[in-house]
Amino acid sequence: MLPGFGLTLGFSLTYLSLLVLLPLAALFVRTSSLTLAEFWEAVANPRVVASYKLTFGASFLAALANLFFGFITAWVLVRYSFPGKRIMDALIDLPFALPTAVSGIALTALYSHNGWIGQYLAPYGIKTAFSPLGVGIALLFIGLPFVVRTVQPAIADLERELEEAAASLGASRFATFTRVLLPPLIPPLLTGFALAFARSIGEYGSVIFIAGNMPMRTEITSLLIITKLEQYDYAGATAIAVVMLLASFVLLFAINLLQWWSVRRYQGGLA
Amino acid sequence: MASSGSIPRNSALSEPAWARYLLIFTSVSFLLLFLVAPLAAVFTEALRKGFGAYLASFNDPAAWSAIQLTLLVCVIAVPLNTVFGLAAAWALGKFQFPGRSFIITLIDLPFAVSPVVSGLVYVLLFGAHGWFGPWLQEHDIQIIFAVPGIVLATIFVTFPFVAREVIPLMQEQGTDEEQAALLLGASGWQTFWHVTLPNVRWAVLYGVILCNARAMGEFGAVSVVSGHIRGKTNTLPLHVEILYNEYNFVAAFACASLLCLLALLTLVAKALVERRMHASTREASHHTETVS
Repeated sequence: MLPGFGLTLGFSLTYLSLLVLLPLAALFVRTSSLTLAEFWEAVANPRVVASYKLTFGASFLAALANLFFGFITAWVLVRYSFPGKRIMDALIDLPFALPTAVSGIALTALYSHNGWIGQYLAPYGIKTAFSPLGVGIALLFIGLPFVVRTVQPAIADLERELEEAAASLGASRFATFTRVLLPPLIPPLLTGFALAFARSIGEYGSVIFIAGNMPMRTEITSLLIITKLEQYDYAGATAIAVVMLLASFVLLFAINLLQWWSVRRYQGGLA
Repeated sequence: MASSGSIPRNSALSEPAWARYLLIFTSVSFLLLFLVAPLAAVFTEALRKGFGAYLASFNDPAAWSAIQLTLLVCVIAVPLNTVFGLAAAWALGKFQFPGRSFIITLIDLPFAVSPVVSGLVYVLLFGAHGWFGPWLQEHDIQIIFAVPGIVLATIFVTFPFVAREVIPLMQEQGTDEEQAALLLGASGWQTFWHVTLPNVRWAVLYGVILCNARAMGEFGAVSVVSGHIRGKTNTLPLHVEILYNEYNFVAAFACASLLCLLALLTLVAKALVERRMHASTREASHHTETVS
C-alpha cells in the first residue's frame, strides 16, 4: 500500500472546496434570497431574453460552421500531405493560447468597415463588426480547435482494413465514406460540436470588442452580467449567472454522455 | 508510396484528386482567414506608425506595471495549481475509492463555467456586499478590486490544467514501480521524487504550459474582480482593453503583440513537449514488449 493517500486527498479536497465549491455555492445561496417573482423578473425581462437569443443562437451557428470546417480540416490534416501542414496543425490551438482580449481586438480590426476583410464586405451591405454576424465570427474563432481536436484522433484510429474491405466488395468511394467511415466519426463530431457550443455561450473577451454591445441587438449574456454588476445590481447579476451556470451544467452532462456513448460504441465494435 | 507503387492506386480507397484539392483548399483558406489573418492584423496594427512608435508604447509606467502584475499572478497561481495537480493525481490516480470519478468531474468544473461567472462568485464572497465583505472591511483587508482577487480568479480558471493531464497518466502507470521502491527501503517522499515524478514529468510540463498561457491571458474573470485601476490592478490583457477603448490603437496592439508572441511560444513549447510525450510512451510500450 502506497503512503500519502490521506495527505494528498485531504489537501486536494480542501483546495477544491475552498477555491471552487464554496464560491459556486455562494452563487446559489445568493439566488435563494430572491423571491420567485424577483428571480423571474431578473432572468426573463426582454433585454435579458434578447441576450439569450443572441448568445445561444450565435453559439449554435458558430458551432455548426465549426462542425463543417473542423471536420474538413481534421480530415485533411490526418489523410493528406501538403506543404505547411505541420505549421497549420500547430496553429489550430491558437484560439486556446491567444488571450481572448487580443482575439477580440484583432477580429474587430479585420472586420471593421475599413479592415482587411470588412472593406470587401461593406460594399455588399454586409456589416460584420458591430452586428450579430460579428458575434458569430468571434465565436467561430473561439470554438475552432474543439471539433478539429476531437475528430482528428478518431480519423487517425479508423481501420484501413474496413475501407479496403468495402472497396474490394465494390463500394464506391462515396458509399465507403458515408457507410463505413462516417458512422464511427459521428460521436466525436457531436462531442466537438457540443464542446465548441459550451465554450461559446460563456465567452466574453473576444466578443465584446466586435459586438458593439447594443442592448436588445448585439449584447451577449456575459456582458449583461457585468453591466448589472457595475450598476450594483448584485441580485440581477447573480440570477442571470445561475441561468448560465445551469445551462453549462446541462451541456457538461450532455458532453459526458456523448463521450460515454462513443467509448461504448467503440468497444462494442471491437467485441 | 513504395507499397502503393506495386498496387495501382485504387479510386475506391482514396478521394478523387479534384476532391482532395478542394478539401485542402477549403481548409487552408479557412485557417488562413481565421487564424493567420488575426495574427497578422495584430502585428500590422502595432507597427502602423513605425517601429519607433511601437517601442514608445512600452515606455509607459502603466504598461510595465501591467506586465509585472501579470507575471506576479502567474508566479503565484501556476505553482499552486501544479502542487494541487500532483497531489490530486497521487490520490486519484494511484488509489481506488468510492466517489473517485465524481471528484474528477468536480475538478473539471471550472472549464464549464463562464469566465465572467468565475469572477462573479468571488465578488459574492469577498466583495463589499459579499458574505465575508463586512468582516474583511473591519480588518482592512481588500480582496476584490485588488491583487488577491485577481490571483483567486486566475487560480479558479486555471485550476484543472495540470490535474487533468497528470491524473490519467498516473492511473495508467499503476503502482508497481512505487511498490518496488518502497520495498527496497525508499521513503514515501523519495519514491515520489525519484520514481513517480520522473515518469510524469512531460505531462506535468504540458499542463504547466497550458496553465501558464491561460493565467497570463485570462480576461473575463479577472475583468470582473480587478476594478481596472490603472497602474495597480490591470493585468496585461486588461491594459490592452483600456488602451483600445481610449482609441490608443498603436499602444493597444503593441501590448497585444506581446501576448501574441506569448501564444506562439506556447504553441511551439506545446508541440515540442507533445513530441517528447509520444516518444516516451512509444519507448515505454517498446520496453514492455521486450520485457514480455
